[in-house]
Amino acid sequence: MSKLLRRREVVEELLAERGNLLVIGGLGAPAWDITHAGDHDLNFPLWGAMGGAAMIGLGVALAQPKKKVLVLTGDGEMLMGLGALATIAVQRPRNLYIVVLDNERYGETGQQETHTGHGVDLAGMAKAAGFAHALGVRTQADVSRLKKRIYSGEGALFAQVKVDPERLPLVLPPREGSHLKNRFRAALLGPDALQQ
Amino acid sequence: MKKNAESAWPDEVHALLKAAGVRQVAIVPDAGHARLIKLCEKDRSMRVVRLTTEEEGVALLAGAWLGGEKGVLLMQSSGVGNCINMLSLPLACQFPLLMLVTMRGDHGEFNPSQIPMGNATQAVLEALGVIVKRAERAEDVPEMVSGALRLAFNTYRPIALLIGQRVLGAKDFRKLTQSVPQ
Repeated sequence: MSKLLRRREVVEELLAERGNLLVIGGLGAPAWDITHAGDHDLNFPLWGAMGGAAMIGLGVALAQPKKKVLVLTGDGEMLMGLGALATIAVQRPRNLYIVVLDNERYGETGQQETHTGHGVDLAGMAKAAGFAHALGVRTQADVSRLKKRIYSGEGALFAQVKVDPERLPLVLPPREGSHLKNRFRAALLGPDALQQ
Repeated sequence: MKKNAESAWPDEVHALLKAAGVRQVAIVPDAGHARLIKLCEKDRSMRVVRLTTEEEGVALLAGAWLGGEKGVLLMQSSGVGNCINMLSLPLACQFPLLMLVTMRGDHGEFNPSQIPMGNATQAVLEALGVIVKRAERAEDVPEMVSGALRLAFNTYRPIALLIGQRVLGAKDFRKLTQSVPQ
């Protein structure tokens, strides 16, 4: 029995009583995880754009400085866009929180290993890039602390959460891009946003 | 008259972007964009976001639109190659995206390495379904930017405006071996 955290329990806990939290889900398992926790108009799950989740989060965070933006993504997705750590750190968005669910695998393509299972420390890279807060998360107590820091603390925060590489049934969000975009904008900006 | 248009287009483009409500300016620098970048950096209504690679800008500006802001991506033609897969995001979701692309590997190029991407820029973008416009004369740039802005934000799609090397002048590498302009 693995003692590793289970990804869907982590995501459920982070998104329970989420209030006005704006959530970007990286493609693959994180998109299924946020949908498993409850599909929501203020979720923007990705079906592609690998390597772009954190940057989408930055764009939202800069546009909405009074709202908190949570990017939930995977280790493979984050590894594809590591430069974003530098770009985000330089912008210092105090309302942006990036949580990488790190199973050390490319889960959608057959569980091939990623660099994080071979010593690459994403939280260390975020810290070196200049993130105000960068932490590793391995235990339930760490998850509770992470949740508190997201909802009560300032960013930019980066967390690397080591999770079990378990294979789980997919929980699919809507996949039509215009729909996902428009429901997010209408929920955030009001129905007039669709007339712009 | 021609001299004026050559030096004035970045100022006019900045004014057009400002009037359109552009707030996030994503850049990987290019000499051809140097003056426009400076104007945007000085403008307190704009946030200049330096990128490590151009595809970050495509993702950033999708986020900006989700959050209710408009943006623009400034890059050179080689950066278009870095954006290709990420452009599936604005294409699949119908995000407005304005890309102002200064050309290399174009009129009078000196550097052989700039030719493959520069020569392919328009074809590659069009293969993806991005609408491409070209400005080949300095005096045309503001009008073309105005049209591209409206096209992107009124019809919710990525638009690339290519600004030809004829407008910008090709970099003279041999001259730069003699002296560096300050």
